[in-house]
Amino acid sequence: MDVPHPLRRASPVIAFCFLAMVTAVLGAPFVGTTSISFVKVFSNAIASPDNLDRQIFLIARLPRAVAAALVGGCLSAAGVVFQGLLRNPLATPYTLGVSAGAALGAMVAITFGAATPVVGVASASLAGAALAVGVVYALASARRSGFSTTVLLLAGVTLNAFFSALILFVQYLSNFAQVYRAMRWLMGDLDVGSYSPIVAALPFIAVAFVAFAWLARPLNLLSLGAEAAESRGVDVERAQRLAFFSASLATGAAVSIGGPIGFIGIIVPHLVRLLVGADHRAVLPASTFLGAAFLVICDIIARTAIAPMELPVGVITALIGGPFFLWLLVRRR
Amino acid sequence: MGFGQRAAGGGRELRLIVALLLASALMVGQTPSAARRPQSAAIPHRIISLIPSVTEMLFAIGAGDAVIGVSTFDHYPPSVETRTKVGGLLDPDFERILSLRPDLVIVYGTQSGLIERLGRAQIPMFNYEHAGLADVTQTLRQVGIRVGLADAANRLALDIEKRLRDIRTRIGDRPKPRTMIVFERETGTLRGMFASGGVGFLHDMLDTAGGADVFADVRRQSLQVTSEVALARAPEVILEIRSGPEWTPARIARERTVWGALGSVPAVRTGRIYLLTDEAMSIPGPRVPDAVQQMARVLHPDVFK
Repeated sequence: MDVPHPLRRASPVIAFCFLAMVTAVLGAPFVGTTSISFVKVFSNAIASPDNLDRQIFLIARLPRAVAAALVGGCLSAAGVVFQGLLRNPLATPYTLGVSAGAALGAMVAITFGAATPVVGVASASLAGAALAVGVVYALASARRSGFSTTVLLLAGVTLNAFFSALILFVQYLSNFAQVYRAMRWLMGDLDVGSYSPIVAALPFIAVAFVAFAWLARPLNLLSLGAEAAESRGVDVERAQRLAFFSASLATGAAVSIGGPIGFIGIIVPHLVRLLVGADHRAVLPASTFLGAAFLVICDIIARTAIAPMELPVGVITALIGGPFFLWLLVRRR
Repeated sequence: MGFGQRAAGGGRELRLIVALLLASALMVGQTPSAARRPQSAAIPHRIISLIPSVTEMLFAIGAGDAVIGVSTFDHYPPSVETRTKVGGLLDPDFERILSLRPDLVIVYGTQSGLIERLGRAQIPMFNYEHAGLADVTQTLRQVGIRVGLADAANRLALDIEKRLRDIRTRIGDRPKPRTMIVFERETGTLRGMFASGGVGFLHDMLDTAGGADVFADVRRQSLQVTSEVALARAPEVILEIRSGPEWTPARIARERTVWGALGSVPAVRTGRIYLLTDEAMSIPGPRVPDAVQQMARVLHPDVFK
């Protein structure tokens, strides 16, 4: 067997994370404020329109659990890739402006979507994310010295601020109900109501994860520094570009499903690194699975804590993530 | 409901206490049962109203000629379009308000910045906030007293109360369909739904119109509704309150079909989903009986033909 030592140690953790994800996704639809019966959900004796239990299971809860798992997995994996790409442990999927672009797109759709032919909030946020990624990429490549992660970081942070200002401007043009909905969108909401936003985002997620699989080894070498990676045969620029685009794609797709849910992309990767070390071949899959499980559980809290009202899932991840982030900051000095 | 006038925001405690005493005295003076003229405030002739429902009240009791400025959200009665627009709830144009030299400004309770500045400019205010249906006629009477048209206001209030009572009487003790009032959601989907909770004028209107609010137990004006909650509460009627020129019949028809995703909800199965697009539905002013009647018509079609 040529499985290297770190991976052998990590495989039980990866397996555990995977099991946690599967359990969470399959278990979540049975948890909620309305009690539903397992037998009734799968009973064929009752016609589907009459079967409230089945409808709550299939229409209200299962898509939510699937959406939460996808979003949690995407954001966690994207967090790992961004932290590797920028060689900064405090990088998040939203550091480079993807979420601000997505939010701007969503705000425009919420504010002006009513007057024009239907533009979905999800597709508008995806378009906004693409715009932000394009601008940041163009800026990072503009200098003659090639693709620069320093410029990438600065451009991303600046674009975040600029888009936030544009968001305020768009909100100023909205009416109350729209402002309220926009605010709510920013807090994250996984009540997708159907599978269509999930299906729409799935191709992007698939492409991103194929790239992640390929990126695990280059990211390991990049962590030693660009020159060291280059000397070991990594095409550094190509790997950086691919990392940037694939992680942005996963982030944009996740945000189009559930809004900019915060802190997942930083909590989960760091927890996983504590368990399996820094090898991206272990960190990436484990983070994906654990992130999926974590967000599914956060979403269960969101829809049950103050039912029949809904607690925004982003508030829950922030309540857990904020202190965690600070602890991380202090611990690393 | 309101502090009649608020003294300058200088911060001296004594002045504040005096102002509060004055305000509470005014409030006592404004209780409808007392129905006497206020001693301190003169009858205004240059009124600016930032609240559409109060604007409608002023026009309805015959004080329309004294209204010189309105908010950007005011569209009724049609003659308000000739009045100067002085901004909205969040962006009132203080300079423009000053330049109109008003002797009364109708403000919303949360406009604290504007209230403070108007206080410093010593411009009298009438402070308003949305509440329940019963507060509509109460506000109407207070406004009437404040602008010196107490009798007209009282007559209109009695008429509104009578019309609401009549609607209740006509419905009698017919069964009340379990109803969910949705006032916002994402176009074309069931995401981002917000519904009326168990307090506030939408809830009260529904109650008067002979509907049982599925969220009567939620002690809030509004709440976000997930598809699970909508399924579990199983409303027999869904009323969507939307307004704006974009609500064409074709669009209304399209948006009704979106509910098809929740097949087990009784309202979906019986097709009892109604989009009420009259602007009056969301303005708790003198048109409230019309709005309640529109609700009653879809809730009890056999009674209101």
